[in-house]
Amino acid sequence: MIPPAYADALAQVPALLASHVLLSAAALGAALAIGLPLALIVARRPAAARIVLGAASLVQTIPGLALLALFYPLLRGLSALIGGGVPALGFLPSWAALALYALLPILRTAITGLNGIDPAVIEAADGIGMTAGQRLRLVEAPLAAPVAMAGIRTAAVWTIGAATLSTTVGQPSLGNLIFAGLQTEAIALVLTGCIAAAVLALVVDGVLAMVENGLSRGRPRRIVGPLVAVLLGLGVAGWPLLTPRAPVITIGAKNFSEQYILARLIGQRLADAGYAVRYKEGLGSTVAYRALSTGDVDVYVDYSGTLWTTLMARTDNPPRSAMIAAIGRWMARDAGTALIGPLGFENAYALAMRGDAGVTSIADLSARAPGLRLAADLEFLDRPEWRAVRDTYRLRFAETRAYSPTFMYRALASGRADVISAFSSDGRIAADRLTVLADPAHALPGYDALLLVSPAHAGDRRFRAALAPLIGAIPVAAMREANYMVDRDTNKATPEAAARWLARRTGR
Amino acid sequence: MSKRYGNAPPAVDGVSSTIAGGAFVALVGASGSGKSTLLKMVNRLVPPDSGRVTIDGRDVAAEPAPLLRRRIGYVFQHVGLFPHMTIARNIAIGPRIAGGPPPDAAALLEQVGLPTDYAARMPAALSGGQRQRVGVARALAGGARLMLLDEPFGALDPVTRDRLCDTYRALHDRLGLTTLMVTHDMAEALLMADRILVMAAGRLVADATPAEMLADAAGPEAAALVAVPRRQTERLQALAPLGDQP
Repeated sequence: MIPPAYADALAQVPALLASHVLLSAAALGAALAIGLPLALIVARRPAAARIVLGAASLVQTIPGLALLALFYPLLRGLSALIGGGVPALGFLPSWAALALYALLPILRTAITGLNGIDPAVIEAADGIGMTAGQRLRLVEAPLAAPVAMAGIRTAAVWTIGAATLSTTVGQPSLGNLIFAGLQTEAIALVLTGCIAAAVLALVVDGVLAMVENGLSRGRPRRIVGPLVAVLLGLGVAGWPLLTPRAPVITIGAKNFSEQYILARLIGQRLADAGYAVRYKEGLGSTVAYRALSTGDVDVYVDYSGTLWTTLMARTDNPPRSAMIAAIGRWMARDAGTALIGPLGFENAYALAMRGDAGVTSIADLSARAPGLRLAADLEFLDRPEWRAVRDTYRLRFAETRAYSPTFMYRALASGRADVISAFSSDGRIAADRLTVLADPAHALPGYDALLLVSPAHAGDRRFRAALAPLIGAIPVAAMREANYMVDRDTNKATPEAAARWLARRTGR
Repeated sequence: MSKRYGNAPPAVDGVSSTIAGGAFVALVGASGSGKSTLLKMVNRLVPPDSGRVTIDGRDVAAEPAPLLRRRIGYVFQHVGLFPHMTIARNIAIGPRIAGGPPPDAAALLEQVGLPTDYAARMPAALSGGQRQRVGVARALAGGARLMLLDEPFGALDPVTRDRLCDTYRALHDRLGLTTLMVTHDMAEALLMADRILVMAAGRLVADATPAEMLADAAGPEAAALVAVPRRQTERLQALAPLGDQP
């Protein structure tokens, strides 16, 4: 028997695998379409070859995740330049970044292969009366192909590996399983995602190895079989794209458990109301709102304080209800997005310590901070909230370090950190018996969970009616409990199951 | 014809000559004398700075270079067989790219003195001499009447070279070819050619038959080149009687 956690993960594989295959193939195809002609052009021009290879190497030094992130402002700028219409999230940035990434091995080996051809063979080709095209087709391409093929194999394996990162910019891939698994510490998801990506890479590498073998032995017929296999694979992966589909609602989620659960909760409600839904999960904090404003995401949950400080760049701290009202007006004016309403709980940034530390207020930390270590989540130290609380209470910690949320709690529990940046709805606060420090100076803004919809659905009554029952329906205790079901170390629930539990618990 | 590479002294400096159909002309001279450059201006592997080449009264620049080259056989020292093709495909490549009917590879192999079953072999399986024989067969496959040979036998051992020279000269006569051969070996030129052009520093300094060359009637540069094989022959003859002594 397959354990239910693995069965659940496996059930997600086919759709994600298809998306992964299509993205990787499209990126590799683009890299070949650019790389091979470019290699031909520069192969006999050493100065140009140095420049091209230098540029490709430079791209290679940018971490894959950063390269994906860099395409976001780039495409937004491009979209603004030509008057809109260029999606800055999803397929396009993933495809472009992966194609750029795959260029170096293709260029390098294609140039090496072309330059490795005996000059006498080229002289013979010219002397015999070959045109440039004939020389390329009959002599240069077949002789350079075995060497170039090695680079194409490397590029394919890299692309398939790096394509898992496209999850972070909203393009579904096997990375969805890995990122969701890492965030919710569901090892079944992580393993399934990793193994599926690894098996895909191995299979593709094996097929390309057969092509390479056929080419290097001068047996062109031997590459027919592998090429047919590649085309069949692409056909199977691409088939669903060709069949007509009903319009699908895209539900966004940032990269932590609560977001995964709320996305599923929204999805279940919409599915019940007859909508087809899909999920874009693991989005970066500000990426999520941008995706909403461009329509890449139709609905998701964000937090008032995040919108207020990060997107609206406000530094004042009005009462919670005034802030929510101001956010609603700003959204309608700025991007035409709509605020449906608050869900009823807050997930505020807070500072927390172990209960036995004996500290209850951030005000008490001012004097003790130089002897303490702060563990923060990956975003906190770069956020205006941290600057506000740091400057208000004059906090100067002995050490500040960023962790993914799970490891941040571990660091606190194991004594490697003394203070963490906690979230008030996190189930681990109660479970780990942590103390959330009071904020007497109101340095941290409110973080009401808000249900937001894209411009296309801002005036859509049926859509809003389907979501309306969620407004004001989720008390913080229920959210904490649901979060803990997913975050706890043993007997973990999937976000899907936690969302169903939450729906029952809140009677919605 | 003139040709200069960059700022170096001219490689070919005002050379003019006419070659009769059916002639076997050797182009000799020291390294760097411009003989290879002159040869390659005929099939436009090297474009001239000034001057022109006509074949049967037609300017070679009048048509696209690939079309011109398909009618001219070209054989050079490094052979340049296509390593990914069998011998048969190497031989057939000229007619193939020209869109013509495939040549009789077996007959061509026989002409250059190779067994017909070599057709299925790959170039790597052949010796240097065998490869150059294939090179000659490939040059002949398109029905060329004019052959350009650029130090064709320069990289071969003396025995192989001697045999190949004989084979080629016989082919030249039998097929009624016109051959222009670059060589730095005066003995080879004297033994194979009907007419020898001597080049020095880009200029044509002598133009004579082998008999005139040997009679030292072709000028000092030619005499200096002829002196080498002559001296070698004399020394060999001087050695021979010793070998015969009882």
